[in-house]
Amino acid sequence: MSTSTARPADALRDGDSAPQAPPSAAAKKIGGVAGWVDDRTGAAKPVGYLMKKVFPDHWSFMLGEIAMYSMIICLITGAFLTFWFVPSAGHTIYDGSYVPLRGVAMSEAYKSTLDISFDIKGGLVIRQIHHWAALMFIVALTVHMFRVFFTGAFRKPREINWVIGSVLALLAIIEGFAGYSLPDDLLSGTGIRAMAGFVQTAPVIGSYLVYGIFGGPFPGEMIIPRLYSAHVLLIPAILIGLFTAHIGLVFVQKHTQFPGPGRTNENVVGYPVMPVYAAKAGGFFFIVFGVIALISALVQINPVWAYGPYDPSPVTAGSQPDWYMGFADGALRLLPGWLEFHFWGFTLSLNIALGALVLLPLVYTVLGIYPFVERWVTGDEREHHLLDRPRNAPTRTAIGMAGITAYTVFMFAAGNDIMAIKLGMSINDITWFFRIGLFVLPPIAFWVTKRICLSLQRRDRDTVLHGRESGTIIRTPGGRFFERHEAGLPEEQWVLVQHDAVSPLQLEAEVDEHGVARPAHRKDKVRAALSRFYFSDAVNPVTPAELAAAHHHGHETEAIEGTHAAEIETGSRDDDLVRRIE
Amino acid sequence: MNALAARRRHPAAIAVLLMIGLFLTGAVYAAVAPEPADATTKALPAQSVEEGKALFRANCATCHGLNAEGRATGQGDKVAGPPLAGVGAAAVDFQVGTGRMPMAQPGVQAQKGTVKFDEDQIAALGAYVASLSPGPAVPSDEAVDASKGDPALGGELFRVNCAMCHNFAGSGGALTRGKYAPALKDVSAKHIYEAMATGPQSMPVFNDANVTPENKRDIIAFLDTVDRQESPGGLTLGSLGPVTEGLFAWVFGLGILVGCAVWLGSKAA
Repeated sequence: MSTSTARPADALRDGDSAPQAPPSAAAKKIGGVAGWVDDRTGAAKPVGYLMKKVFPDHWSFMLGEIAMYSMIICLITGAFLTFWFVPSAGHTIYDGSYVPLRGVAMSEAYKSTLDISFDIKGGLVIRQIHHWAALMFIVALTVHMFRVFFTGAFRKPREINWVIGSVLALLAIIEGFAGYSLPDDLLSGTGIRAMAGFVQTAPVIGSYLVYGIFGGPFPGEMIIPRLYSAHVLLIPAILIGLFTAHIGLVFVQKHTQFPGPGRTNENVVGYPVMPVYAAKAGGFFFIVFGVIALISALVQINPVWAYGPYDPSPVTAGSQPDWYMGFADGALRLLPGWLEFHFWGFTLSLNIALGALVLLPLVYTVLGIYPFVERWVTGDEREHHLLDRPRNAPTRTAIGMAGITAYTVFMFAAGNDIMAIKLGMSINDITWFFRIGLFVLPPIAFWVTKRICLSLQRRDRDTVLHGRESGTIIRTPGGRFFERHEAGLPEEQWVLVQHDAVSPLQLEAEVDEHGVARPAHRKDKVRAALSRFYFSDAVNPVTPAELAAAHHHGHETEAIEGTHAAEIETGSRDDDLVRRIE
Repeated sequence: MNALAARRRHPAAIAVLLMIGLFLTGAVYAAVAPEPADATTKALPAQSVEEGKALFRANCATCHGLNAEGRATGQGDKVAGPPLAGVGAAAVDFQVGTGRMPMAQPGVQAQKGTVKFDEDQIAALGAYVASLSPGPAVPSDEAVDASKGDPALGGELFRVNCAMCHNFAGSGGALTRGKYAPALKDVSAKHIYEAMATGPQSMPVFNDANVTPENKRDIIAFLDTVDRQESPGGLTLGSLGPVTEGLFAWVFGLGILVGCAVWLGSKAA
């Protein structure tokens, strides 16, 4: 019996696994189903991978979720609306339950929208959910974009996803335009009329394009069915396809996280999808749906019955597009009329084309290429999975704020008439304010933002070097007074010092060591100038050496931070002082 | 006090302080804001053209001239008050009956205000102005009876003739250089009719050949249904179109949802 000698009696069961409780009947059943599916699809591995995926926690990471859920709500309610909406410009006479329009001639599209609003149970609230969710979709994707921009989440390796996001944003507003143009009420018809005018301003091909889009002269009977196809079929298909790629890349590339203790560029600190995020995100869907449903039940949106049916002759005061098209409308209101030129029997309406045809693609192109510009300027080829705190990228943050300011000026300009009547001001003065503001306000926003960021960075340095002012005044037995500065916890301090130090790129010599001119020199010069623009006044994080100096050699800190030298009293010195006195 | 001091660094402290500050500012302003000065001459009841003329000379002649011939300001082609021959009793009834005249001060446009005269005095003023030269008369009660009009037809007429300035729901709209088309909510049927017939301020005249008296009554009927209508969709946000809807989405929609996200994000998993 050789085994008995190899294993003493008290170690006979070593290495055995503990007896496990047999799986419950329900678990067996589920396991059976899962096994059946896995045998046929091989889904266990990828699903397990997805379910174990870890996501970091922060409220701002949920802005994109709000957009996603709003989009899903639009899809669900949109499907409901298609059951009754008739996308046709065919003529009919209204005989429904809305009295002020009875006997009025209108299109079938408008009539069916009125029927959805007044004669189909729950139709009005679903219509309002659809419209509010659409507004919230674009609001949420916009602030989601702000978050990604200001935290630098678009940096390598996520540039492609940023581009996809920009395309999604552009498609979303086009989808919105196609949607609110469908009911064929006075306001939506005015929007289509305006769109026809915009397209006509395209040089040379404008009038052909309009005839193509409308299938003849405006308004014709083709535009509503065509917009309908685009709104329910074409654009949603592209939106969902791109969106799937967008979120798929998040899974593949992992989610970014804010810097903190234990969070590095190589890991993701958070909770797995199953069960934590599935529950949180699932719950959040219902919160979003609930909030939007509540708003839709209480607040009216797009009262098509009040606008009346579309007829090309009337137009109403307060004709604005939905907010996300407002910036283009605002640009039209700001552009001066003298930009219309006539030559050789042709008209070039730059006063319209610049705002209507150029601005919209321009905005989204500038958005899309920003990551590539920044990467070229900074020469940063590393992968980034840790987010920037916005203050630690002052120039980028300032550029973002300047861009938002310019966009906001355009958007507010679209409401110049509403402001004029509600604030009792002259519409001409308001327009001039915005015209000048378009050029003056973004630089001011840039400058103010950058100064705020730099100041915050300096305060971070100050906090790390000297701790927080506690407000506690201590009197030493020798009669000296000083204020105790509390050093932060190491994990708090880490957040303040973890980012990389930056400095402008150095310009290489114009000629190499053989005296031959470098061909790429001009490009390098531009790049160096831009790099100086980004980084010349950078405030870099406290280095370990500086921290050590501040803690142990109080006087030497004068050399590091001259401004604060007089009141430096770190905790360690206080302790020394007290000990000496004892 | 200690309890207060202990909470002075509470995250909500700034918000609470702001609210208290705003509330106090508003309350103090409401308490000490000066009342608008009232220097109206209390005129005697008048029954005739002569009495209307006396009222006119006392209250209107400064700008319109002693015989309603109009007066220039002497600055370019600006007038202090236009000549009133031919504007008719309807114009007087509208301008004075809505408190637009007498104007408190020169401005781009006479504003609706408190009515300074009683009905008899307005009628006397109207009789005097109508006696200068024939013009539109104050409409009869039947001519402005909303229940006799067709609101659907009136709606179409309103959208073709009025909505471009007054907005689809009669919420008003902006004109150039601070002028505006006023909101039509709760304007009396008589005044709507008179405005169409006389074209006050920047408004064009819609005479009987342009919009017949019956059609004017249809428009009044339409505005009456808009006034009386409960909004089927909920809060109207001022019936101002997509601008206020967008503002609501950004402020309240986003505000509530971000609040929920912050709450959910702060929940431990």
